[in-house]
Amino acid sequence: MTISHLTAVLLFALFASVIFGITLREGVREQVRYGLLAFAWFVGGAIAGGWLLYFLNPH
Amino acid sequence: MNTMAQSPTAKRPAAAGAAAGWWVLALGWLFPGMGYFVTGKWIRGALVFVCVVGMFGMGLALRGQVYGFNTGDILDMLGWVGDVCAGGLYLVARAVVGVTVGNAYSVMGDYGTKFLIAAGLLNLLAAADARDVGLGRKL
Repeated sequence: MTISHLTAVLLFALFASVIFGITLREGVREQVRYGLLAFAWFVGGAIAGGWLLYFLNPH
Repeated sequence: MNTMAQSPTAKRPAAAGAAAGWWVLALGWLFPGMGYFVTGKWIRGALVFVCVVGMFGMGLALRGQVYGFNTGDILDMLGWVGDVCAGGLYLVARAVVGVTVGNAYSVMGDYGTKFLIAAGLLNLLAAADARDVGLGRKL
């Protein structure tokens, strides 16, 4: 099986952020909020890290 | 005096609760989400089950490395620890596919290895959280 790098990032972020939200916060509202925040940080961090590496070594 | 007399009896429920908490942790480790199921948190249990099984299954589908017990490289030993944290999923994977070296020629194989380890670590995190729920430390 082969998936794109972005799909791998999105799947990893989805699974991890759901469990982070459940385990690290109390109350449904806080759990959903934290899960969404963790998802954004996972995906945003991966994309930002990718661009950082690109500018460090574009070739 | 009254406090001294109550102290031993006050500890009994806590000790029983602690034992039950370890059972919740063990069940949660063995079967993803079961720790929440036994504490009555059905939605959390279902979400944990879907996420851990999905991540572990994705790791296998990407031909990630399934570690066996080893005393070699430190990263291999830690990889085994991470895999074992998946509990029953790891036992099933070992029984079905055995110890694998993954697909070293594709980055997808490396992704798969990380998915397998992360699934185990997230499973343990959820099992520990279910224990806190069972002990009444968390809602």
